[in-house]
Amino acid sequence: MKELTVISGKGGTGKTSITAAFASLAEHAVFADCDVDAADLHLILKPTIKKTMKFLGLKIASIDKTLCIDCKKCYDSCRFHAIDKEMNLIKRSCEGCGVCAYVCPVDAITMVDRESGFAYLSETRFGPMAHAVLNTAEEASGKLVTIVRNNAKQLAEENKKDLILIDGPPGIGCPVIASITGVDLVLIVTEPTLSAIHDLERVLGVAQHFHIPAVVCINKSSINTENTSTIEHYCKKENIRIVGKLPYDTTITQAMIHEQSVIEFSDGTLSDDIREMWKTILEVL
Amino acid sequence: MIVAVASGKGGTGKTTVATNIALSIGKAQFLDCDVEEPNANIFLHAKIKEHEDISVRIPEIDKAKCDYCGKCSEFCAYHALAVVRSHVLIFPELCHSCGGCELVCPKDAIGWRERVVGRIEHGQTNGIDFYHGLVNVGEVQVIPVIKALKKKIDKHKDVIIDVPPGTACPVIESINGSDYCILVTEPTPFGLHDLKLAVEVVRHLRIPFGVIINRDGIGDTGVEVYCQKEQIPVLLKIPEREKIALLYSKGIALVKEAYEWHEMFGLLFHQIQDEVKK
Repeated sequence: MKELTVISGKGGTGKTSITAAFASLAEHAVFADCDVDAADLHLILKPTIKKTMKFLGLKIASIDKTLCIDCKKCYDSCRFHAIDKEMNLIKRSCEGCGVCAYVCPVDAITMVDRESGFAYLSETRFGPMAHAVLNTAEEASGKLVTIVRNNAKQLAEENKKDLILIDGPPGIGCPVIASITGVDLVLIVTEPTLSAIHDLERVLGVAQHFHIPAVVCINKSSINTENTSTIEHYCKKENIRIVGKLPYDTTITQAMIHEQSVIEFSDGTLSDDIREMWKTILEVL
Repeated sequence: MIVAVASGKGGTGKTTVATNIALSIGKAQFLDCDVEEPNANIFLHAKIKEHEDISVRIPEIDKAKCDYCGKCSEFCAYHALAVVRSHVLIFPELCHSCGGCELVCPKDAIGWRERVVGRIEHGQTNGIDFYHGLVNVGEVQVIPVIKALKKKIDKHKDVIIDVPPGTACPVIESINGSDYCILVTEPTPFGLHDLKLAVEVVRHLRIPFGVIINRDGIGDTGVEVYCQKEQIPVLLKIPEREKIALLYSKGIALVKEAYEWHEMFGLLFHQIQDEVKK
């Protein structure tokens, strides 16, 4: 079984639209949306949820004020400033370490499960899908990403699929690292803007740090051809293969509005380019 | 006044809005809290004069005192310590520096060392006091860098914060404590969906907010219909123009190109000031 993650560093370069297009081309794949704090892939793939699982993130402190003797030991010990002087818990700051419960001399604090979101196993018109939602202002998105990836693996085994296509989050932090560790290939979608070039270098650094092979797609390449050649030179220097160069094309937005993948929506040149890119990626894999 | 510029969805134009506002009002403090991928300085060109390493505290075992009882690893909620026979393995990237292991250790065998997770840099440009953070490549601990940046806030100044995309902990950490939040979106189904998530976050934090629609004209009317229904003010619409995209690609701020943008972003800021004073 192979795993491919689509990432970008910079947001809004077209990760999800390209992943959705690949989904309609992939024949034996499972799809996973690992951008758990702003998931969009379901808007195109329209999954039918088959199974819902509660996601318990880090634990959270629960203070029983009727037992509290106001010694302030918890307030003094919390490194996250998650308890105020009146012994109120500041939920969004609690990282679930359990120090407050440990130092409390009267056992007024217990650590309880924290419902932080939901993970789903679903079916789409292109194949099975694993996805999730993280509740507002919750932590542990890296942990939820790992759950989505495990669910995708389970779906792949059950349905005898040989590829997992993962839509990754932007950035280079914890959820990105959780989305790419151990995968066979990452596709980095970039665009010819100075911001995206800067971000490409950093996200490529992350892939290299974890020894994951990377290929690059230059989306919206016609916006600034000078920057496009800068990216091409850079990739050549770094020995990174460019698997596709897509022009700026509003078909991507139109397809999104119609809740379709670009491949379903249009038979134009953009779809041909994406088909070519997909073929190349399968060869690399 | 502290104004945070956030979005939910990435690539909608947060940095464009944040940098153009800062350049329009001058005399401001600017914090780029997108420490994973900071881009504001591509547009602001601050000369970096100072930098400081940001580190977190990681446990260190005094082997002479440790009797490998395993209480530390049993307590650690993050599985950052493991005791295997006569070894204590420490996984620094999993540690949240809560101090629990030290508290539970009966032999007083746990000390602390500093581990660098990133850095913040400081410089000046166009009257703007500029800061950004850079988390180290491969590092999962992003929050300490954002926290260090936010300690630089000078409450006597107008502060503009460029927030990372998404809705999870780095976003909360960046936005929290702001007087106002601008949510930048684009008029597409993805833009709308992620805007709704961002609205939940700012409402949760009880921060007044308004929306800027970028690339106006490329998509549908979903965002406007939603804002109307939810009574969310649409502060500004930035049209979809090849020229704007080209300027962005070159790292040129809109206000540097045409004075009308200068006026527009300045006006926007004063409008927000009035709103916050209410």
